[in-house]
Amino acid sequence: MKEEEVTMGSARKQWYMVSLVGKDQSGIVARVTEVLYQAGGVLGESSMMRLGCNFSIMMMVEIAGGGEQLRQSIAPVTTELGLHLHVDAIEPGLHQHQVPELRVVVHGADRPGIVAQVTGVLAEAGFDIMDLDSQVGGSSLEPIYILLIEGVANSGVETIHQALEPLSASVEFRVEEIDTLIG
Amino acid sequence: MEILTYPNQQLKQNCEPVEQFDESLRQFVSELEAFMRSQPGGIGIAAPQVGQMQRICIVDLTGMTRGKKKKPVPNQGRLILINPEITEWEGFELGREGCMSVPDYTGNVIRATQIAFSATDEWGERHEYESEGFEARAIQHEVDHLEGLLFLDRLVSRRTDLFQRKQR
Ligand SMILES: [Zn+2]
Repeated sequence: MKEEEVTMGSARKQWYMVSLVGKDQSGIVARVTEVLYQAGGVLGESSMMRLGCNFSIMMMVEIAGGGEQLRQSIAPVTTELGLHLHVDAIEPGLHQHQVPELRVVVHGADRPGIVAQVTGVLAEAGFDIMDLDSQVGGSSLEPIYILLIEGVANSGVETIHQALEPLSASVEFRVEEIDTLIG
Repeated sequence: MEILTYPNQQLKQNCEPVEQFDESLRQFVSELEAFMRSQPGGIGIAAPQVGQMQRICIVDLTGMTRGKKKKPVPNQGRLILINPEITEWEGFELGREGCMSVPDYTGNVIRATQIAFSATDEWGERHEYESEGFEARAIQHEVDHLEGLLFLDRLVSRRTDLFQRKQR
């Protein structure tokens, strides 16, 4: 390899998935994104969720210098905020969003195994999950489970509906088409 | 013709009303319609999407189907809408939209379920219309373009749970 190629190689930008988990407190996103920006990082897609009282975020970050350097530049802030930090090299895969075609909404009294059963059935029916969001609502004495799933399936609504039917004794569910208007 | 894509600022500008209903208008309308039909989806287009800053849009859901069962979508065929004005809005519904001018992004938007509107055709004649459901959504999307609004300006959270609250 020629020398300039080596130099270019070390300066080449690479995409990473930065995951943070910890106790929620105000200002986390602002602090973390500022330190990433100062370090020369470029944000791709990101998703922040509060699950229970926990903060979690996953961010695509493009940066030169390698994963270890990225980790070291954010670590002072994440340590101060008490966040667990995880960094993985990834393929960006931007600009190739799929449009979800079906939505499955499931709810019922909370019990172990709901998500495993529903997603197991969906996987078997050829349903490819693109987005899943589940929450525990209701009271602490009578918790209810709400599961929202969007994705694509080669089979239609009826097939997915039939596949979920055996679970209808313990959960309510609805399967519907998502019509996307492109105008 | 070529689709302008956001962040092109022309897509954020107000369009001028059409005043001359002449041969050159009809020529433009027919080119715009042919162009719309050549695009994937191809059920609606607004003049500013091709850089023509006039209050002209076209909607045609003929042949559009939904789901694997290919159910047709209720519609009233080819609508050439010049200087359209929506006058009544009824009910609201959350639905997913994308736009030829906003590639690789779709999101949830609340629209009226039923609308009443008036528009002039390419021969200069004014008509009154009513529409509902998916066609009404398409018309609201296209008329928005004439006012410099994109579906991005009406995005709501992907976690909004309005899906089943269709008003009848
Ligand atoms: Zn559009």
